[in-house]
Amino acid sequence: MKTRFLPILPLVTLAVMLGPVLAGLWGTVLPAFGHLPAAGEVGPSLAPVQALFDWPGLPRAVALSVMTGIGATVIALVIVAPLTAGWSGTRSFRALERALSPLLSVPHAAAAFGLAFLIAPSGWVARLVSPGLTGWDRPPDLLIVQDQWGLAMMAGLVVKEVPFLLLMTLSALGQTDAIRAQAVSAALGYGRVTGWLKTVFPRVYAQIRLPVYVVLAYAMSVVDVAVILGPNTPPPLSVQIVKWMSEPDLAMRLQAAAAALLQLALVLAALVVWRLGEGIVARLGKRWIASGGRGRVDRPVAMAALALGTTSALAVLLGLAVLAVWSFAGFWGFPDALPDTATLKNWMRHGPSALSAFTETALIALTVTLIALVLTLGCLEAEYRHNLRVSQRGMWLLYLPLLIPQTAFLPGLQSLLLSVGADVGIWPVMAAHLVFVLPYVFLSLADPFRAWDARVGTVATALGASPDGVLWRVRLPMLLRPILTATAVGIAVSVGQYLPTLLIGGGRVSTLTTEAVALASGGDRRAIGVYGLLQTGAALLPFAIALAVPALMWRNRKGLRHA
Amino acid sequence: MKHLAYLAAFLPTMALAQTDPADWDAVTAAAQGQTVYWNAWGGSTTTNDFIAWVGDRVAEDYGVTLEHVKLTDTADAVTRVLAEKQAGENDDGAIDMIWINGANFAAMKEQDLLFGPFAEQLPNWAFVDVDGKTVQTDFTVPVEGYEAPWAMAQVVFIHDTADLAEPLGDMVQILNWAQANPGRFTYPQPPDFLGTTFLKQALVDLLDDPAALAEPATDANYDLVTAPLWAFLDELTPALWREGRAYPATGPAQLQLIADGEVDLAISFSPGEATAAIANNQLPDTVRTFVLDGGTIGNASFVAVPYNSGSTEGAMVVANFLMSPEAQARAQDPNILGYGTVLNMDALSAEDRAAFDALELGIATLSPAELGAVQAEPHPSWMTRIADDWIERYGVAQ
Repeated sequence: MKTRFLPILPLVTLAVMLGPVLAGLWGTVLPAFGHLPAAGEVGPSLAPVQALFDWPGLPRAVALSVMTGIGATVIALVIVAPLTAGWSGTRSFRALERALSPLLSVPHAAAAFGLAFLIAPSGWVARLVSPGLTGWDRPPDLLIVQDQWGLAMMAGLVVKEVPFLLLMTLSALGQTDAIRAQAVSAALGYGRVTGWLKTVFPRVYAQIRLPVYVVLAYAMSVVDVAVILGPNTPPPLSVQIVKWMSEPDLAMRLQAAAAALLQLALVLAALVVWRLGEGIVARLGKRWIASGGRGRVDRPVAMAALALGTTSALAVLLGLAVLAVWSFAGFWGFPDALPDTATLKNWMRHGPSALSAFTETALIALTVTLIALVLTLGCLEAEYRHNLRVSQRGMWLLYLPLLIPQTAFLPGLQSLLLSVGADVGIWPVMAAHLVFVLPYVFLSLADPFRAWDARVGTVATALGASPDGVLWRVRLPMLLRPILTATAVGIAVSVGQYLPTLLIGGGRVSTLTTEAVALASGGDRRAIGVYGLLQTGAALLPFAIALAVPALMWRNRKGLRHA
Repeated sequence: MKHLAYLAAFLPTMALAQTDPADWDAVTAAAQGQTVYWNAWGGSTTTNDFIAWVGDRVAEDYGVTLEHVKLTDTADAVTRVLAEKQAGENDDGAIDMIWINGANFAAMKEQDLLFGPFAEQLPNWAFVDVDGKTVQTDFTVPVEGYEAPWAMAQVVFIHDTADLAEPLGDMVQILNWAQANPGRFTYPQPPDFLGTTFLKQALVDLLDDPAALAEPATDANYDLVTAPLWAFLDELTPALWREGRAYPATGPAQLQLIADGEVDLAISFSPGEATAAIANNQLPDTVRTFVLDGGTIGNASFVAVPYNSGSTEGAMVVANFLMSPEAQARAQDPNILGYGTVLNMDALSAEDRAAFDALELGIATLSPAELGAVQAEPHPSWMTRIADDWIERYGVAQ
C-alpha cells in the first residue's frame, strides 16, 4: 500500500499546493472580465477594467505598490550583501546570526505595530528624548507613519526581509566555496567587502535569486503591513483590493478582480524588470571586477552595513519591547518615557478573548504544519527511494505560490468557494494556509534531508532493516533537529497569515493575526500590545522547542548534536 | 404563521422554519443551544467587552452561545448576506445578527435581506421609549420592526482642556480655532461612519435650514445644498492634523491621538465615551465634552437579523436581552460603555429605575439637559453621496 502510494505523493503535494492558486486565479480572471453569476453579471465585458481605470486613486495606488515593493527589496539586499561580505565569521556577525530565528519568526504584523509605536512622532523614540533633547512637550505634526511615499511601510518590510535574505544568504554560502574565494582575493590584496562582492556574491546571488523574487512579490502585494504602516489617501493597490472585496455592492468584486489581475501583472512585470536589471548589474559588475579596484571604502561600507543591519534588528526587538510596555500600561501621555502606572488590567480584559484566538491559531498552525510535514517527508523519501530528483523547473513550481501575489488569487478563491457553496470555516482556511506553509517547510527540510549520509542507511539495510525501518528508526530520528526546525518555520508562517484567514474564513475564523490587524483600526495600543505579544509568542515558542528538544534527547549522543 | 408550523411538522427539511416572534416561550425554547454569530464592529475594546458580557448572560439565562464576529466595517456583513443570497444559501448563513443602522439598514431592508418584523413583539419592547427617542425611524427610514434598538447615540466633541479650555459653539468656531492651531484637529477618514458623521454634522450646522436633508438627495439639489460643506472643508483641510494627508482610521484611533498629545479635539458619537476612556487609561483626565450651540446629530443603534439566519430565535433572545433594564443600565454605566439608553424611565419598575438613577454620569459626560437638542439624521442618500465625494476630493489624490 505504502510503496504504491509513495511515488504519487509528489503529485498530490503539487496539487494541494498549486490547486488553490490556479483555481483562485481562475476565480479572479472571470469576474475581472465581467463574469460573476452570483452577482447577476454575465460576461465577458470590459466594464470592470474600465471602472478600475476610472478610479482616481489608481495611479498613486499603483505607484505605491511598485515603489514600496522594489524599494524594500533593493534596500534589504543592499544591507544584507555588504553585511555578510564585511562580517561573516566575526563575533558581531555570530551575535546577529543568533538573533536570526527569533527575528524571522516575529509575524509581520507584530513587527509593523512595534515599528509604528517606535517611530511615530509620539512614539517611543520621541518620548525617550523629549522634552530633554528636543524641547517637544507635544509631538511634532510630522507625517512619519502612513506617509504618502510609503517610507514607513518600506521600513516595516525591510526590517522583516533583512533576516530572511540573510538566512538565505548564509545557507547559500556553504555551497559557494566562499572561504577559499575570500582567502584568494585577500591574498591578492582585495579588501574584505570588495573581495567578497567580486568573487562570492555572483555565486550567492544565483542561489538566492528565487528568495529575492519572493521578497519582491511579497513586498509589492502585502496587506497587513500596509494597513498598519502604509498611507491611506489612497492606500497601496493590494489594500484597495481587499477594501473593494468587502464593499456591500457585489459589483465592486468585479472591480476588485480587475485590480487583482492588475496586481498580478504588476508583480510579473516587476519580476521581468528585475531580471533585466540583474543583467545590467552583472555587466556593470564585470566591468567593476575587471577594473581591479581593491576597495578603498571597504571599511566605511562594512561599518554602515553593520549599523543598518543592527538598527533593523533593534527596530524589531525594541518594537516588541514597546508592545510589551503598552500591554501593561496605565495612562501613558506624551512625552513620558514610561507609563504612569503598570497594570495587569489590559491582560485581564483582553486575555480571555486573546486566548481563544490563540487556541484557534494554534489548532490551524499545528494541523497545517503536520500535513505539510507528512507531504514533504513523503516527497523527499519518494525522491530518495525512486530517484525522482527535483529539477530546477520543479523548484520554480515550489516557489510559485510565493511568487503569485496573495491578493491576485485569494479573492478569486473566496468567490469560487462561495459559488460552489463550500461552507466557510476552519477547513478551507487550513487548505489556504497549506499553500503557503508547504513551500517553506519543504525548502527548510529538503537540504538537510538530502544531505543525510546515505551510508548510514546502507549499514542499517545490511543489518536487516526494511526501507520503512530505515526511515522510521534511523533517518527521521537523526533528522530530528531539522524536522523540528521545519515545523517551527511552518507554524510561524501559518501564524503570520492574514489575508488567507480573513478572506477564506469569512470572518468566522479569528486568529491572533486577524484580530490584531482588526484592532489596528481602533488604535487601542494596549489591546494591540497584548495580541501582538501573543502572536509573537505563538510563532517563537516552536523555535525554542526546536532548539531545546534535540538538546535534551541527545544529551548523551554527542555526535548527533550538530546533525 | 400557523401554516408555517404545520409545514415544519411535515417537512423535516424545513425544520428551520422560524418561530413566531410573538410566541415568546416557543422562541426561548427553540433558542436553547443555538449559537448566534453577532457581526458587530470590533474596533472598540469597551464595546467588545460589553458584547462578551452579553454573551455570558444569555448563555446563563437562555443557553444561547453568542459569538462576536468583529468587523472593521459593517458593510462587510451586508456583503456577506447578499453573497449568500446569490449563492442560494437561504437557510443557515454565516451571520445571525448585525449591529446596524443608517445606510446599511436601508440597503438590507430594500433588498429583503432581513428577518422580521420581530422587534415590537419582543417582551422588552414594552419598556422602550417609543415617543421620546427615534427608535421607529432609522436615518428617516421607517424601521417597521425589522431591527431592535439597543443604544442611543448623540454627537459630542471631546476636547483636552489642557490645550483647548473652552467649548466651541459651532462649526465656524471650530474652523477658526483649527486655523489658529494648525495640526491639532482631525476626524476619522470617511467612509468610516464617525468620519461621515462629522461631515453630516458640519453640513447640518452650516446650513441655515437643514430641512432638505430629511428628503432623499436629488441631482437637482445635491450640489447646491452641499456647497457650504465643501467650502468649509477646503478651508479646514490644510489646518488639519498632518495637513489632511493622513487621517485616523476610526473614532478610537482619534482618542489615542488625544492621549498622545497629537490633537486636542475629536468627534464622538457616544456622550459617555470620554469618561469610559478616562477610566480605561485611554484618555487623560483633563478631557471633557461639549455639544454645539445649535444641537448635534443623534440616532439609535439597532440589531437586525438576516433573513437566512439559522438561529433567528437565539438572535431574538439576544435582541430582547439587549433591551432589558439590566443590559441597558450596564451599557449606560460610563465605566462600562456610557451609551444612552433606549428605555422609557417611566415604564420601568422602581427597582430598575433605581439602577439607572444610581449611575454616576462621570466627569466628562454631559447630563441629558446639557446634551440639549438632538438634530435628525439626514436621509442615508446624503451620507452615501457625501462620502463618495469626500473620497474623490480628499481621499485619493492628495
